[in-house]
Amino acid sequence: MEYILIFIAAVFVNNIVLSQFLGICPFLGVSRKVETAGGMSAAVTFVLTIATIVTFIVQKYVLDAFGLGFMQTITFILIIASLVQMLEIILKKVSPALYQALGVYLPLITTNCCVLGVAIMVIQKDYNLLQAVVYAISTAIGFSLALTIFAGIREQLSVTHVPEGMKGTPIALITAGLLAMAFMGFSGIV
Amino acid sequence: MNNIKILLNGIIRENPIFVLLLGMCPTLGTTSSAINGMGMGLATTFVLTCTNMAISALKNLIPNAVRIPAYVVIIATFVTPLQMFIEAFLPSLYQSLGLFIPLIVVNCIVLGRAEAFAGKHGVVPSGFDGLGTGLGFTLALTLLGATRELLGSGKVFNLTFMPEEYGSLIFVLAPGAFIALGFLIAIINKVRKV
Amino acid sequence: MEKLKSTLPNMFLSLMITCSASGIILAGASLYTSGPIAISKAAALEKAIKDVTPEFDNNPLEDSYKGVTADGDSLLIYPATKDGLPVGVAVDSYTKNGFSGEIKIIVGFDTEGTLVNYSVLQHAETPGLGSKMELWFRTDKNKQSVIGRSLANGNLSVTKDGGDVDAITASTITSRAFLNAVNRAYSAYKGTDSTTGATIKKGDNDE
Repeated sequence: MEYILIFIAAVFVNNIVLSQFLGICPFLGVSRKVETAGGMSAAVTFVLTIATIVTFIVQKYVLDAFGLGFMQTITFILIIASLVQMLEIILKKVSPALYQALGVYLPLITTNCCVLGVAIMVIQKDYNLLQAVVYAISTAIGFSLALTIFAGIREQLSVTHVPEGMKGTPIALITAGLLAMAFMGFSGIV
Repeated sequence: MNNIKILLNGIIRENPIFVLLLGMCPTLGTTSSAINGMGMGLATTFVLTCTNMAISALKNLIPNAVRIPAYVVIIATFVTPLQMFIEAFLPSLYQSLGLFIPLIVVNCIVLGRAEAFAGKHGVVPSGFDGLGTGLGFTLALTLLGATRELLGSGKVFNLTFMPEEYGSLIFVLAPGAFIALGFLIAIINKVRKV
Repeated sequence: MEKLKSTLPNMFLSLMITCSASGIILAGASLYTSGPIAISKAAALEKAIKDVTPEFDNNPLEDSYKGVTADGDSLLIYPATKDGLPVGVAVDSYTKNGFSGEIKIIVGFDTEGTLVNYSVLQHAETPGLGSKMELWFRTDKNKQSVIGRSLANGNLSVTKDGGDVDAITASTITSRAFLNAVNRAYSAYKGTDSTTGATIKKGDNDE
């Protein structure tokens, strides 16, 4: 039950993009087509889950154990950066097809703040490892959901008539605002 | 003269938010009030200026292939002490900015300026570039924060402009951040064309 | 000076040096700020206690103890004494029934169980609706205010639930949660009255 609550809260109620404002750059950047949005979502889910597990273990058994809490940010970002690099190399060797699909999105993920954000939040919320994993996967699903819906809307938007000054980013932001409003309807269900 | 030009370039012509559209997460996440937006902007300005100068001073000691991890370490070296200082001496700002202070590390503006400017220029121009870009960022955040606060609660910097009942709450909440920024960028696009 | 070539020893050395230099800087900053951070946290707590209790002259932080609520939870209680006589307590209470997440409050009672004052320490309620609780329950209008009410004759509850406190307009859930935290604070205080000496654990203030 507890895990279901974490899941619903992370996907709908506190959606990482639309209510916590993390990962906005890829949300605005790669949402022109549903296809690219799908690729980005898969890459983020992959990296986010693995990065959360690794940073969690490092925090508990290295940083906390040796009283190095002040090294948290620097350690986490280095772990994320090297994980992304390693994943790229492994994917290239093991599964060229998957590398083809995710390759271009992987380097972008290092500076995606939702990965570092989730890694830090899991520590702040004092989750155990299983809760942390559930939270990471749910957050990634929430990100994918928001990104895919948004990409679908933007595909439609590109063929409609938009006032001159609103073309491009402004209308995209306003659309995102309306989407965020829709997601607000979920608040209070957990 | 040249340095002044670099400074102004970051504030106006290449404003990171309104023109380059970088660093959107803190822009939307911390601007529920003008004062929070300004606090976040100034914190980022500090990090930008310091990292730009440090990176440009150290650029010859960092081999090309490992420059990105080295830059990230340098950035984090400035962000974490800043986080500690804010927690120690400005606890209320620390509470309202929260998670977004450590996340300055992954703010694309900081790494972007390091890569695009500091890695190629001298220490002094890099410092000015960081300062200019940071001030441009601060300006944008303060403007957005003031807009949202005014429309949401009728106040800016605790000065009341209209009764609170006239405010529309939505602008303080998440959707209002997107919508207000969308309209601000549309207005600025329009002004720039004229 | 020439730019260093990307050879393996060069890369390794420059990264090692950067990392260790940054480690030293961070350790220094952390040493320097850990004192002020602890002081500012203690000062914030002390101010909150001072705001919600009758005037006192002891150090409630040092005398704090754990009290058990009716539902079996334990809360931190800061007793306030003047000239050696108890004048009231501040209770660090929380509830998980909020509209979104935990609400942490500190509530002060005098020795008769009358609510002296409260302060909201942390919440994630909707801005403009649930977030009004900081002011709402102290505003002297209709049956809004909880200040000066005695909990000795029973728990507080909102009018919708048959109580006599007006809920925040459009935020009944937050109001219920807030009163829940207040009631829990009282039950923790009364459950371990310092005169009975039940579960007193002195100096247990490391939270």
